[in-house]
Amino acid sequence: MSDFPQKTADRPESVTGPDPLDEAAINAAVEHALDAIAAAATLDELKAARLAHTGEKSPLSLANREIGRLPKADKAAAGKLMGVSRGRVNKALAARTEVLEAEDAARILVEETVDVTAAPRRRRAGARHPLSTLQDRVSDIFVGMGWEIAEGPELESEWFNFDALNFKPDHPAREMQDTFFVEPPEAHLVLRTHTSPVQVRSLLERELPVYVLCPGKVFRTDELDATHTPVFHQFEGLAIDKGLSMADLKGTLERFARQMFGDGAGIRLRPNYFPFTEPSAELDIWHPGAKGGPRWIEWGGCGMVNPNVLRAAGVDPDVYSGFAFGMGIERTLMFRNEVVDMRDMIEGDVRFSEHFGMEI
Amino acid sequence: MRIPLSWLREYAQVPADATAEDVMAELVKVGFEEEAVHRPGDEISGPIVVGQVLSRVSEPQSNGKTINWCEVRVVPEGRPQTLEGDGIDPSGVQGIVCGAHNFVVGDKVVVTLPGAVLPGDFRISPRDTYGHVSAGMIASVRELGIGDDHDGILVLGTLGLDPELGTDALELLGLHDEAAEINVTPDRGYVFSIRGAAREFAHATGTPFTDPAATVTVTPPSGEGYPVRIDDAAPIHGLPGCDRFVARSVRGINAAAPTPTWMSSRLRLAGMRSISLPVDISNYVMLEMGQPLHFYDLDRLRGGIVVRRAAVGETLETLDGKVRQLSPEDLLITDDRGAIGVAGVMGGASTEVSDATVNVLIEAAHFEEVSIARSRRRHRLPSEASKRFERGVDWRVADKAAQRAVDLLVELAGGTEDAAVTDIGTPPSTTTVVLPAAFASARIGVDFTDEQIVTTLTDLGGIVERTADGFAVKPPSWRTDLATPEDLSEEIARLVGYDQIPSTLPVAPPGRGLTRTQQQRRRVVQALADSGLTEVLAYPFATAGDNAVFGNADAGVSRPAVKLANPISEEHGYLRLSVLPGLIGVAKRNHARGFHDLALFETGLVFWPAQTMGTASIPPLGAKPAEDVLEGLYGGIPDQPLTIGAVFTGKDTPAGAGHKPRDWDWADAIDAARLVADVLGVELVVEQGAHQAFHPGRTAKLSLRTGEQVGVAGELHPRLLAEQNMPARSVAMELNADALFDAAADVIVARPLSTFPVATQDVALVLPADIPAGRVLDTLREGAGELLEDVSLFDVYQGAGIPEGHKSLAFGLRFRAADRTLTADEASQARAGAVALAAERFGATQR
Repeated sequence: MSDFPQKTADRPESVTGPDPLDEAAINAAVEHALDAIAAAATLDELKAARLAHTGEKSPLSLANREIGRLPKADKAAAGKLMGVSRGRVNKALAARTEVLEAEDAARILVEETVDVTAAPRRRRAGARHPLSTLQDRVSDIFVGMGWEIAEGPELESEWFNFDALNFKPDHPAREMQDTFFVEPPEAHLVLRTHTSPVQVRSLLERELPVYVLCPGKVFRTDELDATHTPVFHQFEGLAIDKGLSMADLKGTLERFARQMFGDGAGIRLRPNYFPFTEPSAELDIWHPGAKGGPRWIEWGGCGMVNPNVLRAAGVDPDVYSGFAFGMGIERTLMFRNEVVDMRDMIEGDVRFSEHFGMEI
Repeated sequence: MRIPLSWLREYAQVPADATAEDVMAELVKVGFEEEAVHRPGDEISGPIVVGQVLSRVSEPQSNGKTINWCEVRVVPEGRPQTLEGDGIDPSGVQGIVCGAHNFVVGDKVVVTLPGAVLPGDFRISPRDTYGHVSAGMIASVRELGIGDDHDGILVLGTLGLDPELGTDALELLGLHDEAAEINVTPDRGYVFSIRGAAREFAHATGTPFTDPAATVTVTPPSGEGYPVRIDDAAPIHGLPGCDRFVARSVRGINAAAPTPTWMSSRLRLAGMRSISLPVDISNYVMLEMGQPLHFYDLDRLRGGIVVRRAAVGETLETLDGKVRQLSPEDLLITDDRGAIGVAGVMGGASTEVSDATVNVLIEAAHFEEVSIARSRRRHRLPSEASKRFERGVDWRVADKAAQRAVDLLVELAGGTEDAAVTDIGTPPSTTTVVLPAAFASARIGVDFTDEQIVTTLTDLGGIVERTADGFAVKPPSWRTDLATPEDLSEEIARLVGYDQIPSTLPVAPPGRGLTRTQQQRRRVVQALADSGLTEVLAYPFATAGDNAVFGNADAGVSRPAVKLANPISEEHGYLRLSVLPGLIGVAKRNHARGFHDLALFETGLVFWPAQTMGTASIPPLGAKPAEDVLEGLYGGIPDQPLTIGAVFTGKDTPAGAGHKPRDWDWADAIDAARLVADVLGVELVVEQGAHQAFHPGRTAKLSLRTGEQVGVAGELHPRLLAEQNMPARSVAMELNADALFDAAADVIVARPLSTFPVATQDVALVLPADIPAGRVLDTLREGAGELLEDVSLFDVYQGAGIPEGHKSLAFGLRFRAADRTLTADEASQARAGAVALAAERFGATQR
């Protein structure tokens, strides 16, 4: 401050304040100022109080200005008194400012209150189809066991769909699956009736041993109703290795069932017939969370791969053996997630998918 | 197969109190699934008793009908009525009004007394009618649920019955019996018989079994029977169509004699109608033994029987009255006048047995499976006989079944057995299956003892011999499906019980996880869903119109589609060329349900027919085809690229307080396609395009940098939207996902980041309105040179200050050098270069 010229000396002597040595008068001025500061209810009132009590024409400022005129011996005492007095006022001002500013900020925040329950949805919530989510879930379980995921065409050669799977050309078994044929019939093309043709493709295309899961869309000439659809989805597992037995099939299915339905789940095999497995079995699952209480539910088919299937893929059945199983994804979704009507999965009503969101 | 329990009990040890459910619970253990329970008693309950008409007074009514007021005695005379209840007369004589007239005083009839319930929940109670209190009803077969005949009431004498009065009619008519219906798998043809079912029941329960075939004593052949010759000139797969033909004659029958109720009730429970005594006997024996029979009216046969293939152009009028054109592959039964039946499928009309038939020739033959299956399919004639022949009939049971039929005709129809017997043919060669000792244990995972193996296979009817390293097994004649050690392993496991198999978890070798393509597909699907679209799965069936419009960019150019030979609906008779029609269908369904603001997507295959469709022949099963044959199979399968489609209708979001939703528009369709490309790290080139399904001015052609078109996006054609009853301005996009997957880089090479300051400059260019912004952007990039970091279009303006036919495009350019801070001059120079090139190419001027 000492670099700047002192201007006070030039100021006109228009007003005079209290005597800076009159402690009682100064204290009265301070008390007066403090009262005004304390009484200020708003920042505007506080501003007025500051002007009145610390402004150029305030008693304390005027008294302060008088110090210059005092005899040298009195200057120190007066300076001290004035310093302390003005300090008290300034401190009170700062404190009051802080309080009033905080009050003001709080008031603004209160005023800015919104109704959060009226928040609009600005983004559209999309959804996966639960059949597709479930297919991924099943695939992940098997990938976790070291299996791979295999795929194949939906429009398939009869050879892959039937003959390679040991369906004899004129045997009634071939008619168990109501098949969609395409024109011309001489082309021997069908919409695959199961995902099993991928078994043979996998064996032809991959190195042994083979552990693959084949999920996908399949077709049968059923009319759509609450429990049938001409287009549906399956997942089919195939394991071909040295020394695999039906016990390995059972263990694999048990593990899978528990991952899908919890530790309380179990499986049961019943004899059945499929041309591509020997022995063949029907697979029931003990569903601990079934609607209406735990119970056995028919889930799919399985068995030890028929040696003719291995031969069709050029695999020596005397060296390799293995098992296969297949389940319907729609069916699984129906009893896992309590879908009552098959049509809900087919028709594309957005409510169906959106209810599931990204989960299953 | 429906199994009446009373019938099963004759040959298997079924507990007296066992129900159909109990029987099915046993059979399911050995591989026969439950189908249904047939229990007439659930529908009908007593008191329903035998009564005798004591008096019948005909009373004409004012409505033109004549009713009969009858007194019917329902307990034997002199005995008390032990039944009690409202309307049951303690005297034992009921007064009943009857509308039928086919009876006389003295006839024994079925009386449903008050308290009885008939099928259809028809409750009998005394009621006032035609001036009488009618305390019960005299029943017809239809009212009892045992036949269709409603012409009159059931007179028991016509069934040959003369029971004591008061007898429980439900018992008398077999209505307390019940049937278990099981699903018989195609490998187990022998279980289409009580004989087979009883054997399986015995396997399931470990109880004894009586073979019905063993209870028949076959008359030894004496003298020449009816002349029969097998002459198959064209066997299928080298197998003769007929390898056994038993013919037996029974003379002097009364074909009009009633079928006994025990037989008709079993047939009914088994699902067959009672037709006439001879027909019922042939069906009964078939159900019992599994051997289909055919009865000929012996007097209508002309000359000896020859079993041969049909000649070209030959016809036959079958039992159903239809004249059928025969194929040279059909195996026929013929006499001197020609065809009298398609072997094992259906008989001919000319030699049919009628009520007037006196002498019968019984055919019990063994036909080859494939031949029967083909004839059945060719003539669309599924029959109980063909069902059994196709699945395999026991070669050895033919003479037993024929004898059983002879015996029943003698007993029930009063015939006389001819001593002369025809039985020609050659038994099939017996096979021996070698079962190595440890084979079944290794395959099943159970340590079977030798004893278990021998016992189960012997129980099945096989002949088991121990050999040095295992067993030699001769399967029984009714199990032609047992041909390999795998087959025998299944039988051992099945009879020991699948519940004995332990669980072990095989460890797969370390896998590669999902393939790159599988991951790409998942990411794309997830990204679309995350960005607010809803995934749907539509059927891949399309109409010819769908394919013509969506499958081809240009109208009139018709890309072929795959046609289904047997579609569910003729209209949707093709496989789709595009996923969009399916999505539009789903959108419309949602509109109809009140949901108008939609963003739908599907990923699925579309089907593009190849030059060569399929293969003319199919290699045989059980062997790997030669490489060139395999190549042919692969090559004949049409391309089926994975396709992503999306359709948007209505608004982008729900309206909300302080939120105004936006209409979906063409840019959203393009943006969805860009999102897919971004997720895959593929650059998508968007250009003005054309497609007949889309708005001619609002269609983007979507391509790869290589120029390969991978899709289309934009606003659907207004005319198409109107035709489809879709909201105006609906938009869509479709992408070939496989092509995008392939285009994704294997490795993305990093770019060095410059940390020098950025220099930004804007420029507005005025240029002809028809120049696409995308081309201007490309040009600015090219003209600005390597200092340009990024350029973006931020405004498009037409109107005041811009010449007619022109537009103003405003771009923001960002410049940055890799090695220094750019001066304002350098940035301006680069900008000038960009503008100059745009001026040169498009006549652009700075605004």
